[in-house]
Amino acid sequence: MPRNVSHPDEVIVLKRRFGMGAADIEKYLEQDGYKAVQLAISQGVEAMPGWIIDTMKASGLRGRGGAGFPTGMKWSFVPKQSEKPKYVLVNGDESEPGTCKDHVIFLEDPHAVIEGTMIAGLAIGAKLGFIYLRGEYRYLLKIVEKAVADAYAKGFLGKNIFGSGLDFDIVTQTGAGAYEVGEESALMESLEGKRGVPRIKPPFPAVVGLYGGPTVINNAETIASAPHILLMGGEAYSKLGSERNGGTRLFGISGHVERPGVYELPMGFSLHRAIYEVAGGVKGGKKLKAVVPGGSSCPVLTADELNVGLDFDQMGKAGTMLGSGGIVVLDETVSIVEFALRVIAFYQHESCGWCIPCREGTDWIKKTLSRVYAGGGTAKDIDNVQYLAENMMGRTFCPLGDAAAMPTLGFVKKFRKEFEDYVAGNRAGTPVMSEQELVGAGH
Amino acid sequence: MAAIDQSIFSPELAARFDHLVTIYPMKRSALIPMLLYAQDEIGYVSEAAIREIAARLDLFDLEVRNVLSYYSMLRTKPAGKYNVQVCTNISCMLRGGYEILDHCKAKLGVGHKGVTPDGVFSLEEVECIGACCWAPAMQVNYDFHDELTTGKVDSILAEYKAGNGKDVK
Repeated sequence: MPRNVSHPDEVIVLKRRFGMGAADIEKYLEQDGYKAVQLAISQGVEAMPGWIIDTMKASGLRGRGGAGFPTGMKWSFVPKQSEKPKYVLVNGDESEPGTCKDHVIFLEDPHAVIEGTMIAGLAIGAKLGFIYLRGEYRYLLKIVEKAVADAYAKGFLGKNIFGSGLDFDIVTQTGAGAYEVGEESALMESLEGKRGVPRIKPPFPAVVGLYGGPTVINNAETIASAPHILLMGGEAYSKLGSERNGGTRLFGISGHVERPGVYELPMGFSLHRAIYEVAGGVKGGKKLKAVVPGGSSCPVLTADELNVGLDFDQMGKAGTMLGSGGIVVLDETVSIVEFALRVIAFYQHESCGWCIPCREGTDWIKKTLSRVYAGGGTAKDIDNVQYLAENMMGRTFCPLGDAAAMPTLGFVKKFRKEFEDYVAGNRAGTPVMSEQELVGAGH
Repeated sequence: MAAIDQSIFSPELAARFDHLVTIYPMKRSALIPMLLYAQDEIGYVSEAAIREIAARLDLFDLEVRNVLSYYSMLRTKPAGKYNVQVCTNISCMLRGGYEILDHCKAKLGVGHKGVTPDGVFSLEEVECIGACCWAPAMQVNYDFHDELTTGKVDSILAEYKAGNGKDVK
C-alpha cells in the first residue's frame, strides 16, 4: 500500500486530508467536505458558472496531467448553449511511467475528486460526469464507487443538488490496460466502448467531445484541486506558486532516492532541493547521473541541470517538461543506453498503431537501440536513432509519438558519448536486464 | 436490447450487466467494464462471453473482438488462478524490478505470459502500474504488492498458494 510521506518544505493544500480517513464521507464532511460546491451554489444559479470560472482563472491552476493548459480557460471554452448534453470527464487513467499521484488521491481523498467533478459540471452546465480510472486501479475504483454511493445516499448527487434546482450524476468505470487511453480523445473513444485510438483535433473536446457533446476533460489532480481553490480563493491559491503557475502540485519522486514518495510542493520549487532535501538525496550516497523530471516522456536532465524551478515555464526553458510530476532519479550505476532502450520499449508496446510514424518509429528505435545495447551497434545506429526520433515529432494524431521521440532525443544528445562507448565495446553502467530480456527489451 | 434467454454468467453478473447498459448515454459504453467483469468471473473472455456481450450491446461479435484485442488486461485464454504481474518500467527497474521478475520466473518455472502446470499461477511482465514511489511493485490479480524483495515475493506467493490471498478478483 502507498506510504504517506511528509517533509517540512511541503505546502499542503491537496494533501490536507491525506491520512485523515477522508474516504469516509463523515470524515470528509468534518474537514470542509462539500463546502466548496455549496459555496458555488450560494452565488446563485445565474452567477455561479461565471464565479467558478473566474475563481479558477485567478488561481492560475494549470492542467496536472502534463500539458499544463490553464484550467479556468479550458472550462470557459465550453459553449454556454448546446443542443447536445455537456459532460465532465475525469482522467484517472494515470499511466505515464514514474507517476503515481492520482493513485494516492483516489485512495486518500476520493470525495475531493467527486466534489471537483460537481464543480466542473456546475461551471459548464453539465448534468453528468464520468470518473475513469485505469484498469489496474480496481481497488481504487471500489473506493471511488463507495464514495459516489455515499454521496448519493446523502443526497449530494442526483436530483436538485444542495437545493440548487440542478441535477448532477456521476458514473465511474475503469479502462482495461492501455497507456494511450490517457490521451484525452483516446479516453473518450474508450469510454464510448471502442479501441482507444486518438481523434484528430480540432474540433477540441470543449466543442465536440464525449458522445459528440461539449466536454471538459481534466486530470484527476486538477479536478481534486478545484474544491480547495474555491474555498481558499483563486488569488490565495495562485500566490502559493510561481509566475503564471498557480498553487501547488503533487510530485512523485521515485528511483534512486532515499525517501521516495508523493510530496506536495509549490509550483516553481527547486528541482535540486526536491531531490536532495525533500526526497533525502541519492540512495546510498551515490552520485546522481540523470533525472527524468516529469514522467518518462520528458527529456532527461543531467546532474548539472538541476537548478531549475519545477513549473511548466521554467522546465520548458530548460529544454524539458514538468509533465505529470513524476520525478525519476538515476544514480551513477545506471546504463543510459539500457534505460533509453527500456523507455522506447514501453512506447513501442503502447503505440496503438494508428499513426505510422509512431508505430514504425518506436519499433525501429527499439530494434536499433537493442543492437547498440547488445554490442552489435555501429556509429550510424546512433545517428539513425536521432533521425527516426526527429521524424516522429509532430507527425502523429496524439502526443504518444512525441512522448517516445522526446526522451529518446534527450538521451542520445546529452549522453551521446555513452552510446558511442557501447558501439566501441565499452559498456558503461551496471545492466539490470538479463540476456533474454535485453534481446526482447521488455516484452 | 436483444433478449438474453440464457445467460452464461452468474445471476449476479447478469443482473449487473442488465444495469450497466442503462447507466450510459450510449449502451456501448458498457463494453469495456463488461469484458473485464466477464473475465473476472470466467477467468478469460471466452467465445460464449463475446457472443453474449455482443448480443447485450447490439454489436457484432467482430466489434467486440476488435475492442478486446486492444486492451492489455483482457485475455482470450485462461491465466493462472493468481496472475502475477511484475512491473519492470523505469521506477521499478531502478529499484530491482528485473530481479523480481527473474526471481518469479525461476520460482514459478514459467516465462512471460506462462501458466504453471497446476494452473495456480501465471506470470506477466507488465508496464507501469502506478506504484512508482513504492517500487519495485507487482500486482497479483488486482492486488498491489510493493517495496518488494525476493524474500517478500516468496512469502506473498506462498500465501496465495495456501489460498490466503485476499480479494482474488
